Amino acid sequence: MGALSTKHFIKLEGVPKEDIQHLIDTGLMFREVLDRPIKKVPSLTGKNVVNLFFENSTRTRMSFELAEKRLSADVTNFSASSSSLNKGESFKDTIQNIHAMKMDCVVMRHPVPGSCYQLTHYVDAIVINAGDGKHEHPTQAMLDMMSLYEKFGYLKGLKVAIIGDISHSRVALSNIHGLVTMGAEVTLCGPPHLIPIGVKELGVSVNHDVDEVIEWADALNILRIQRERMGVGLIPSVREYRDFFGISQERLNRHKKDIVIMHPGPINRGVEIDSSVADGDQAIILDQVLNGVAVRMSILYSLLGPEEEGDNEKK
Amino acid sequence: MRKNKNLLGKWAFVNGTIYDPFKKINIDGSILIEDGIIAAVGDIDISDAQQIDCSGQIITSGFIDIHAHFRVPGREDKETLETGAMSAMAGGFTRVCVMPNTDPPLDTPEAIRFIKDKAESVPIQIYPIGAITIAQEGMEIAEYGEMVKEGAVALSDDGLPVENGQVLRLALEYSSMYGVPVINHAEDIPLRNGGLMNESALSTRLGLDGNPDISESVMIFRDLEIAEFVSGRIHIPHVSTKKSVDIIRQYKEKGVNVTAEVTPHHIGLTENNLINFDTNAKVAPPLRTDSDRKALIQGLKDGTITCIATDHAPHTIEDKEKDMKHAPCGMIGLESAFALSNTILQADGFSLEDVIGWLTDGPASVLEWDINAFEVGAPAEITIIDDSSTWKMSTEHIYSKSKNSPMIGMEFKGEIIMTICGDVAFGKVD
Repeated sequence: MGALSTKHFIKLEGVPKEDIQHLIDTGLMFREVLDRPIKKVPSLTGKNVVNLFFENSTRTRMSFELAEKRLSADVTNFSASSSSLNKGESFKDTIQNIHAMKMDCVVMRHPVPGSCYQLTHYVDAIVINAGDGKHEHPTQAMLDMMSLYEKFGYLKGLKVAIIGDISHSRVALSNIHGLVTMGAEVTLCGPPHLIPIGVKELGVSVNHDVDEVIEWADALNILRIQRERMGVGLIPSVREYRDFFGISQERLNRHKKDIVIMHPGPINRGVEIDSSVADGDQAIILDQVLNGVAVRMSILYSLLGPEEEGDNEKK
Repeated sequence: MRKNKNLLGKWAFVNGTIYDPFKKINIDGSILIEDGIIAAVGDIDISDAQQIDCSGQIITSGFIDIHAHFRVPGREDKETLETGAMSAMAGGFTRVCVMPNTDPPLDTPEAIRFIKDKAESVPIQIYPIGAITIAQEGMEIAEYGEMVKEGAVALSDDGLPVENGQVLRLALEYSSMYGVPVINHAEDIPLRNGGLMNESALSTRLGLDGNPDISESVMIFRDLEIAEFVSGRIHIPHVSTKKSVDIIRQYKEKGVNVTAEVTPHHIGLTENNLINFDTNAKVAPPLRTDSDRKALIQGLKDGTITCIATDHAPHTIEDKEKDMKHAPCGMIGLESAFALSNTILQADGFSLEDVIGWLTDGPASVLEWDINAFEVGAPAEITIIDDSSTWKMSTEHIYSKSKNSPMIGMEFKGEIIMTICGDVAFGKVD
């Protein structure tokens, strides 16, 4: 540690601008590593990292695992369905078992908000939040911001719209905190009952008219409609959602403007976004995926890597 | 640190200020007890008694808690009547009403009798509250008459609301012939929507599902409409929001027979106690905003709320070490109730006597108990307070079987020095 102002990486709320910029800059350097024929550096040799996933995940877990391996860390994976958490062994017991195996870093995804913070009470290891319920998903927001920075060269003053179910989105919350800190302008767009109470206090605007939002924005971050996260009956029908909030090709064509399209994945093609939009020239969705590995390398390296000399070694 | 002391023989409490919270008067002199019975009060001859010096201290009537969970029967790993009684006496309480959401619930006269019999062996007075509905399922009313005959002092399904309005109507109508209040846990479950904390900008920031203030106020509004219609006697437990206070005030002015309580934690803490995902601050109803907190204090001031009740809810450490979703709601409160209330309310301009009133005369009025403080011939129920003492709460101040308190680490003004129930004293005794 030392490169960042915090020991753990649990949330973007309150993380200073300098830390975010440092992680983006370091992430861009690691992007170069990922373009090399041998995509591996020895920075975290001898460090043990455990990926502790209490909730299903394919891409985030794979992205972390790749980032860890490309930094030469020793990687252990632990998956537990959230139902096994209810079988009697307490959260604390599970964690302490893992702690007893002397891990340097725990990357955790958990369905309950705050669990990564609680984890810091039980282990000495550095904790990285890979998504805790609908609280935060800070590494996702970092890769989103890195992708925007790579595309535009700046974040301050950039107009970013986040579209979809904001109430149930940890991606949205982390993006809001990060982007507002970096001086971007953020507008949230979604049905009124899926915009959480008090969110404007975080320094964002809300607009329910997706066409007005498209006119305004430089980039759209389109959230997946996560039916499994919502109580029944929150969205009356796919056709109505698509009609009022879907980023369809026809809708984009009507606006005749350059706009960057992002999506954290997995994509429901034909629901929140059309296939042709997701695969089109304006989309940077696959850049986001690659940047995800790079920025996670950046985060792991900044928290776990060697001090100053290490910086040179990496370069 | 606190110990039991047997007060067999003659004991005199001397040099203190004696305050009767029911008549709201100070009494000059001393209190003499003999084998746990009040023998004389005032300017009396104490020459043949052993003396307990109460210089600089207030000697008052024992506190009454009309809302506690002692977990008997079923969850004796969380609390027993014995540990609950110690916890109560550490906090100055000599009478505690216990809620019936036990396992099985207290929904029969036999269950009420079981508690009364078991309570014989503890020094404090324990008053069971009977369930409103069988098995607290909210469907069929229980045997109110038989339960009251065995000692039930009120009716409640606390922990769960009576969701069906018709059932609450029947309960209010039927209970009226037995002279006990109905206490409905006011929470609209669909509006609560699985909420883990107060719904606000903070719950949005923390990603925790929000329980909006309207989940409480909507239910209170319904309950008071029903109570007005059938002329029922209703008591509103643990009021937590400004909207609820406003509604209760309005119905009180209309002449509805309603009383209301507030907990020390709802006047002392806010949702900000959850910023670090502290499961000990997870409670139902949830800690609200500072403006709600102030409205609750205003409710005490203008008489909308007439008593402080702890909602003492012990949970094991294992339960509270779960994550925010799975950790149960509730915090213990008996040990800290007076000190927290006193600290908060005196800082807001209230007097020690006001605070004592909300812990004695207030709850007694809810139950329509006519108490004659320090009555000669009655068992001693005395609490001795040092109002000038400041102290910091730690686990060593807790006598409950559970330690789930977000008050640990807080600084308080005012301390319970000793509590006397009959011939048992508990506190800072020699």
